[in-house]
Amino acid sequence: MNKMLKSVISAAPASRKVLATLGSKVVSLSTAAAPKPIPKPEILYTGIFINNEWRKSASGKVFPTINPTNGEVITEIQEGDRADIDAAVKAAQSAFAYGSEWRTMDASKRGVLLNRLADLIERDREYLASLETLDNGKTFIDSYYLDLPHAINVLRYYAGWADKNHGKVIPMDGNHFAYTRHEPVGVCGQIIPWNFPIMMLAWKLGPALSMGNTVIMKPAEQTPLTALYVAQLIKEAGFPAGVVNIVPGYGPTAGGAIVDHNGVDKVAFTGSTEVGKLIQQRANLKRVTLELGGKSPNIIFKDSDMDHAVKMAHFGLFLNQGQCCCAGSRVFVEEAIYDEFVERSVEAAKARKVGDPFDLTTQQGPQIDEEQFNKILGLINEGKREGAKLLTGGGRHGDRGYYIQPTIFGDVQDNMRIAQEEIFGPVKQILKFKTTDELIARANKTIYGLAAAIFTKDLDRALHVSSALKAGTVWVNTYDAFAPQTPFGGYKMSGIGRELGEYGLHNYTEVKSVIMAVPQKNS
Amino acid sequence: MAVRNPEIKYTKLFINNEWVNSKSGKTFPTLNPTTAEKIVDVAEADKADVDAAVVAAKAAFKPGSLWRTVDASARGRLMLKLCDLLERDRVHLASLETLDNGKPYGDSHFDIGCAIDTIRYFAGWCDKIHGDTIPVDGNFLTFTRKEPIGVVGSIIPWNYPILMAAWKLSPALATGCTIILKPAEQTPLTALYIASLIKEAGFPAGVVNVVPGYGPTAGAAISEHPNIDKVAFTGSTEVGKIIFGAAAKSNLKRVTLELGGKSPIIICEDADVDEAANIAHGAIFNNHGQNCVAGSRTFVQAKIYDEFVKKATTLANDRKVGDPFVDGTQQGPQIDQAQLNKIEDLIQSGKTEGAKLECGGGRHGQKGYFVQPTVFSNVKDNMRIAKEEIFGPVQQILKFDTLEEALTRANDTKYGLAAGIITKDINKALTFIQTVQAGSVWVNCYDAVAPQAPFGGFKESGQGRELGEAALKEYLETKTVTIALELKV
Repeated sequence: MNKMLKSVISAAPASRKVLATLGSKVVSLSTAAAPKPIPKPEILYTGIFINNEWRKSASGKVFPTINPTNGEVITEIQEGDRADIDAAVKAAQSAFAYGSEWRTMDASKRGVLLNRLADLIERDREYLASLETLDNGKTFIDSYYLDLPHAINVLRYYAGWADKNHGKVIPMDGNHFAYTRHEPVGVCGQIIPWNFPIMMLAWKLGPALSMGNTVIMKPAEQTPLTALYVAQLIKEAGFPAGVVNIVPGYGPTAGGAIVDHNGVDKVAFTGSTEVGKLIQQRANLKRVTLELGGKSPNIIFKDSDMDHAVKMAHFGLFLNQGQCCCAGSRVFVEEAIYDEFVERSVEAAKARKVGDPFDLTTQQGPQIDEEQFNKILGLINEGKREGAKLLTGGGRHGDRGYYIQPTIFGDVQDNMRIAQEEIFGPVKQILKFKTTDELIARANKTIYGLAAAIFTKDLDRALHVSSALKAGTVWVNTYDAFAPQTPFGGYKMSGIGRELGEYGLHNYTEVKSVIMAVPQKNS
Repeated sequence: MAVRNPEIKYTKLFINNEWVNSKSGKTFPTLNPTTAEKIVDVAEADKADVDAAVVAAKAAFKPGSLWRTVDASARGRLMLKLCDLLERDRVHLASLETLDNGKPYGDSHFDIGCAIDTIRYFAGWCDKIHGDTIPVDGNFLTFTRKEPIGVVGSIIPWNYPILMAAWKLSPALATGCTIILKPAEQTPLTALYIASLIKEAGFPAGVVNVVPGYGPTAGAAISEHPNIDKVAFTGSTEVGKIIFGAAAKSNLKRVTLELGGKSPIIICEDADVDEAANIAHGAIFNNHGQNCVAGSRTFVQAKIYDEFVKKATTLANDRKVGDPFVDGTQQGPQIDQAQLNKIEDLIQSGKTEGAKLECGGGRHGQKGYFVQPTVFSNVKDNMRIAKEEIFGPVQQILKFDTLEEALTRANDTKYGLAAGIITKDINKALTFIQTVQAGSVWVNCYDAVAPQAPFGGFKESGQGRELGEAALKEYLETKTVTIALELKV
């Protein structure tokens, strides 16, 4: 296989195959030298980024970002609040003004800038992966082989769309020449979570910038570091001042200020359902898109490939310390194979290596912070209290940082809290089912609808069940298969709208119909 | 900055990522049109070489091959890499283009920028080519797969060698086809250099093959080949018809054609005459008139006719003809002796049929294939110079009274590639846009071509469209898949 194509493939998101075989060894797709993690990366940017400049908070306040492996402060970050959001909105409005550099640039040039940003992130991949691991606690292997390449690919994907968002010319009744213009929405407030910081940044910036909007982004207070570094790369790439502004801060203050501001045309939020509802109510008819929580069913039929299903179910729950909106947190197993499946799943969980995320053999790092840590332990206790069968784990790992043991509950009943509420931790629920119809009803009986998976070899069953499940993404014989080309989003209370793919463009496009009178129309 | 004597590294056939001699051992000369002297000998492909190229292209397209199994986005990455290499070697390529084609160095340099933009545009499409899922009657899951057509034979002309290579390669690569490219025998050099960059970028062997040679031999071998799935041709209408027939007769291979034109540009009386004269001048004289969309019938409304003719003549007289490597030259030589002869013949017909020669009218200088910028006024619709494609620096100015009349006369041609109108009046513009039979319609501009917008001809100017999203479907085959379900879902 020729070298160039190989390195192109290695830049692609690491396949499920690679991650599943990561046991005690590092697996690399490319022949390039293995990456070197930087456990103490130098932190260059801690300010507020507005108009391509760095500034301190208007209030003078700072807030700490914590290292979740030990609970210690990494550094202090300027804390953005209402006044800083005001300044950011002004900058973003100015950059979006009719006749501005950004508004008059060729659409294809926007794509060139996005590709350049992707190149710069790729250039600094090792450093950014290290920074991500330091701030979030996810393993360096995940940061380097999953988060970074995926973020890069999403930016490149949307770079390609920049000059391809077509309006229509429409055969309207009457003597008219009618067409639609697809215009950018305007100033977009983007509030992103801490579970996949740089990936979520790419999911939000990609379509927004591709379509010509300007952005105010508030990274999560737990994980501001990679967003702030990328801010400087945005400047280096050549985006005009004011196109992207990044304001770290807290949800109720900086986040609230974005949602309240009349100068913001659209809000995009990824986070909890609880906060998503608040935003929707407060947004005052701004366009809103939401990516919220989930309690996704992972359904294992008896005719599935057992080895593969166990591996995928393990990966589908424990990835990212269980901190995935689409985690397969209700594993429904057909009665006939239940016992064997449970046994093999417990074996896999017991083998999961928890520890220092900078160690290349570690598979699970700490949870993000004390609040999540307490919430997860609380729900584990509820599981025990409500009578689920604790099969492995069930408590803290170690005595420093926010580590939790890989935990599995068997004999889980639908009405238990651990079967209904999003835990967002390394806690797997295994439930038993008899018939397909019963299974479909139980899988759908949730306020959520983000993802689902089916493991079966039967063609008809795969098609029937995937159609019946109320979920924005249904995986068949795989889990967590993500790519920039395919839309992702929730049914019901898992969200509104879709991200990724061509569908992701709609959120950042405003349609204008232009209708001109003509003396006489002809077809 | 231009390199007068660029090093010529590649003169062999490029098959399966390797440089090979032609099977026959034959070579052919490529000439420098500025001096009429030979530049170098190039390997001459014929049927046996096309056969070998098809074998390579077919293998590269086999199900399970690298090219068929990589991510679509990976094809895009390779195309972007090719763009980087073209930019890196832009000066060398532009020098090679000017040496082989004769267009001013600045034009060559500009062409490469357009070529890069085109490849970059299509690189973005690779992973965005969507089939549909369709709610059919009955208990079925029905969807369409958009698959690459397969092995594509692309035959390109000599007027924009690098740009035409980019227009042909881009949609084919974006959709995942494999290609056999035959550059024009007058201008093989830049296509061969680009082949080396394709290899350097990392495209798998067999995905792109370049076989310079002649139309009746290598070109015919492509259009007749039973294992080529599609032929794309840019050139004359006359040859386009031959290719269309050969494609049908052999294996019904799919065909797209970009052919000739006799495009009208209509100057309404409300136009700014200076501006209009400038636009019309560029429309005919760009690329020495060797432009399929050349605005070669300039219709001017009676009221401004005399003034327009004066300005057009001045502009033509001021056009700098000379050595294309010299800064400031606007017009170099025509491509070869055959074209020179044809242009001179048509100029002569203009004179004998009674058009008024305002300036120019003959050869420029003694060496090479230069023609004086020439303007005819008082041209009538039935003159040869008003009907036949000249493909040279010869402007025809015709008078009209009403827009309706101009529209009728503009459409009275077997061609339909492009058309332009210069007017400030919104209603005139909208009426013209609807009524004129042309694939590209320009309002208050001309030659505005961009990778995002489809380009192609009505009537005998061609079939199918290049550029824009529209180009992709010419390289795709739609497969409808219907899966029976027990229950409707």
